[in-house]
Amino acid sequence: MSKDVAIIGVGQSTFVRNYPGSIRELAFEAWREAAQDAGITAKDINASVICSAPEYDLQRSPAGVIAEYLGLTPQPTFAIESVCSSSTSGLRVAYSMVKAGLHDIVAVVGFQKMSEITSADSQERMGRGSDIQWESPFGTMMPAYYAMHAAAHFKQYGSTEKDLAMIRAKSTTYGAINERAVYRKVLTVDDCLDAPVVTSPLKKFDCCANADGSSCVIVASADRAKELCKKPVWFMGLGSGSASVTLTGRDNCYGLTAAMKAAQDAYAMAGIKPQDVKVAEVHDCFTIAEMLAYEALGFAEPGKGVEIVREGQNLIDGKIPVNVDGGLLSKGHPIGATGGSQVRTIVLQLRDEAGPMQVPGQPEIGLVHNVGGVGLYANVTILGR
Amino acid sequence: MSFNKFGRKSFASQTKVDAFVDYLEKGEVRGTQCKSCGKKFFPPRADCDQCLSSDMDWMKIEGVGDLVTFTRQGFAPTGFEKDVPYTTGMANFDGVQVFGRLADSINAEEVEIGMKVAVRTIQYDDGQLSYEFIKA
Ligand SMILES: [Zn+2]
Repeated sequence: MSKDVAIIGVGQSTFVRNYPGSIRELAFEAWREAAQDAGITAKDINASVICSAPEYDLQRSPAGVIAEYLGLTPQPTFAIESVCSSSTSGLRVAYSMVKAGLHDIVAVVGFQKMSEITSADSQERMGRGSDIQWESPFGTMMPAYYAMHAAAHFKQYGSTEKDLAMIRAKSTTYGAINERAVYRKVLTVDDCLDAPVVTSPLKKFDCCANADGSSCVIVASADRAKELCKKPVWFMGLGSGSASVTLTGRDNCYGLTAAMKAAQDAYAMAGIKPQDVKVAEVHDCFTIAEMLAYEALGFAEPGKGVEIVREGQNLIDGKIPVNVDGGLLSKGHPIGATGGSQVRTIVLQLRDEAGPMQVPGQPEIGLVHNVGGVGLYANVTILGR
Repeated sequence: MSFNKFGRKSFASQTKVDAFVDYLEKGEVRGTQCKSCGKKFFPPRADCDQCLSSDMDWMKIEGVGDLVTFTRQGFAPTGFEKDVPYTTGMANFDGVQVFGRLADSINAEEVEIGMKVAVRTIQYDDGQLSYEFIKA
């Protein structure tokens, strides 16, 4: 493994339903934890990358106010956006800047305050998440697109509503032991199956919990990492991809090609195989998305993701522990903060500091799969110690 | 004609392919096909990403298609609440995929992937134009 760029600090706020503060105060919570974790101050940061999805708060160009409040001026700052995968897109940029030698230490700050807008405004934005010229006019929305992928996956591969319910039940087991999670209740498979339908075949508990939250990841050059950090976590592979927004441009609806491309590129760069990954955080905005992730990441052959679920391979003591922090489903999905929170979980796992969520056997390699839109953007990041 | 006549609710008013709406008015659903390289587009495009030409023919979507996937939406974004529940989906017409809603006349219980569908144009009470899938 080439040890040239590292993560030396991670932080996240508790993910909550209604954060009683402003976006800058929310971002500060993650920054403070990450700075303390890295043992650095704002003066050590050479640049910041601020990540969030637009239109959840009224602040135009949020990078400036966030950098100011965190004390990161006069260093350069700017925003990076790829909706739900914004903060791993920001991480990719931070890695590039450090690798290029432009900066030694870069902070990636993700945030989203989803409760800032009313439910009605949220419904309004929901419709504009797809192609506004050709698909939004039919009244579609994000859950509907994932539901269409679930229907296609059921038909193509024989997966079932029960498989999806098992994914959610698993996530609630871990959400319950994660004190940063928004959804702490434990649900049974039957609880999930009996819940009302949102958009067929997806039901209430197949959908993730909206939340307010922030995350922060501190990226450093090898020299600075060795100097500052006892347990640096190293970048091994970064992969990224995109796909057409319009569903009509997709080859099929039972897989996400952007995530497949991102995974292939990340594995190639890291020089490892899927079975080398010992702990993973995948983008489970909906239960079906976790199923698609198993197959995109090669944890299972296409169509065999159901075996991971049915055999419990995805549990904390299983072959490939997935989302043992509760995932987006239970930990919550504050859009711009999500990727950074996933990265935090993997960093803590690799440092053997994940507390009750720690995967046994001191995992050496971990993976983060973060998807924006319905497979529109995808980032796969492989980390090692 | 302004493009914002397309759809139950429109979010875009100007496009170089606004003739799409003129065709809807005549009862036709059309995509475009590049005159230079032959690539077919639905939804229609003004410009070809394959050969960079902007010389397009209007190609009719007709005949029988296969339903690729669908969902029955119990919730809707703002502006679509009155229509709930409705079914959105995608169908494949001889290699050209079309996204849209299924007609309310189709019994929701009967909808399945692979079912044969056709497209027809519709006009809502407020004059908005669109198209939907019907059983073929
Ligand atoms: Zn062409």
